[in-house]
Amino acid sequence: MEAMYIPKEYLAILILLIFGVLFGVVTLYVGRFFRLSRPYHEKLIAYESGNDPTEAPRMRFSIKFYLIAILFVVFDVESIYLYPWAVTYDRLGLFALVEMFIFIFLLLAGYVYAWKKEVLQWEK
Amino acid sequence: MINTALVSWKAFGPIIPEMFLVCIGLFLIGLDVFSPKRRELLPWLTVIGCLAALVMVAGEKNIVGFGGMIIADSYASFFKIICLLGVILAALMSEHFRRTEGLKQGEYYSLMIFSAVGMLLMASAGDLMVLYLGLELMALSIYCLVGLPRNDGRSAEAAMKYLLMGGFASAILLYGISLVYGLTGTTDIAQIAKYTVTGNLLENPALLAGLGLMIAAFCFKVAIAPFHFWTPDVYEGAPTAITAFMSVGPKAAGFAVFGRVLFTGFPQFHDQWGILLSSLALLTMAIGNITALSQTSIKRMLAYSAVAHAGYSLLGVLSGTAEGLSATMTYLLTYGFMNMGAFAILVLLASPGKRRESLEDYKGLAKTNPMAAFLMLIFMFSLTGIPPTAGFIGKFYLLKAALGAGYTMTVIGLVVFSSISAFFYLRVVRYMYMSDPQENIALDFTPGISAVLGIALLGVLGIGLLPGSVIGQAATALLGQ
Repeated sequence: MEAMYIPKEYLAILILLIFGVLFGVVTLYVGRFFRLSRPYHEKLIAYESGNDPTEAPRMRFSIKFYLIAILFVVFDVESIYLYPWAVTYDRLGLFALVEMFIFIFLLLAGYVYAWKKEVLQWEK
Repeated sequence: MINTALVSWKAFGPIIPEMFLVCIGLFLIGLDVFSPKRRELLPWLTVIGCLAALVMVAGEKNIVGFGGMIIADSYASFFKIICLLGVILAALMSEHFRRTEGLKQGEYYSLMIFSAVGMLLMASAGDLMVLYLGLELMALSIYCLVGLPRNDGRSAEAAMKYLLMGGFASAILLYGISLVYGLTGTTDIAQIAKYTVTGNLLENPALLAGLGLMIAAFCFKVAIAPFHFWTPDVYEGAPTAITAFMSVGPKAAGFAVFGRVLFTGFPQFHDQWGILLSSLALLTMAIGNITALSQTSIKRMLAYSAVAHAGYSLLGVLSGTAEGLSATMTYLLTYGFMNMGAFAILVLLASPGKRRESLEDYKGLAKTNPMAAFLMLIFMFSLTGIPPTAGFIGKFYLLKAALGAGYTMTVIGLVVFSSISAFFYLRVVRYMYMSDPQENIALDFTPGISAVLGIALLGVLGIGLLPGSVIGQAATALLGQ
């Protein structure tokens, strides 16, 4: 058993991995023949969430970008969670409805908190 | 396919206190955001909410929920009581503390409550995933609490160090869990023990490695050497009330999972983890106590003493018996009282702009403030382990349990290092009683801090004079398991 063990269950993951890598490599390579190339200074600097990437390491920086990003992630995950819930809703009944309301309420509480703390105001 | 018959309202039974605390935490956030003028109420609401949760927890009787993921038994509820007591005392302390430090953030109390939810989940975790979830909830809230005074460089540094080290510990824990899961095919702690026997895993080195990694991560959380390096810096940098909270709550929760995982999940491996933990305990007691000798800051001294006491508490766990575990539980409760008391004196002495954390500041305290000095004397006696205080009783039971299990070397270590510890604890007493005062400190016994000191004193003397009740409680908690 030890010598012949082939994890078949994981084969799908391997295939996905191969396709994922190929997708990135192939599109980047093929894209080279079609896209324009007009580099200028701002385009070439490293992307650092709206901050200038080259400064003294101990400075204070604005975290607006990160807050918006984390709020986005929270609701992004929520919407993913809503899909399986909606699909199985028939079988789950009222219990699941209340559960989902509690879940959304907890996320909303965070949203309202962020709103009240003026996270959503880009310029103060 | 989900069986809808299993999903019912009753499923929430075992986590009602946790859900209640989440509601309180959200309510406190709401209160702070929508009605900032009523911020004065926050500490008191925290105390009331935690007291209510304490009553709920104490009433819990062996409910298993979510398919064994949550085990709300009396073992868990004993630890939950320690954690909630920690929150209550820390909140009362903060009521005083925020005046001297100018801490006004409303998130402070809700974060404290959220971390308590994490601890409660850890205490009743029957599954490694719930355990991890609780641990992260606890740790993330505490990282924020440590760094809350954001204009204080010391706090920022402490928060950063704690976050980085905590991140490593979490990763190590997850790696250990993944190894155990890979071999046993389950994350259910009780099932792991069954599967190690039926699946012939008793000699498996990878399972041992997984267990070792998990132990390393738990050791980090309760500050056992050689995973204690974060402790002094973080304890010193954090706001004092939070330091007090950190030294009680997370430690109790950490030992709760220690006991649950080792006793329920890996009882067959006692030969291995018993030896490992006894050497770690010796190392911890040595490092904690010897390093504390040279500290001039009382806060830092108490940080090293927290390391040393984690080493003592480990004695009960490593003995691998129910008696030992109940000794650890008792010790954690007594440690909670005496440590909270000592930190409360630290908070009491601090005034705006002057932290008074060094030994020099305690010179002649007995002449200027006999009351505060006397209380500190009792807490220091208890931390040393001098009768009739709780510290003595706690150490006595630990000693007895470890001796009974045959760990003579570790017991000798405990005795030797506690006598070494007398030097630095009693040095505080000597400074207070045998030196001349340098300045006249006017102390402000606010209701919050007086309550903390009262409860701590009651706990230290109560357990010291009537130890039977607490030991009995801890023992029944275990036998009822």
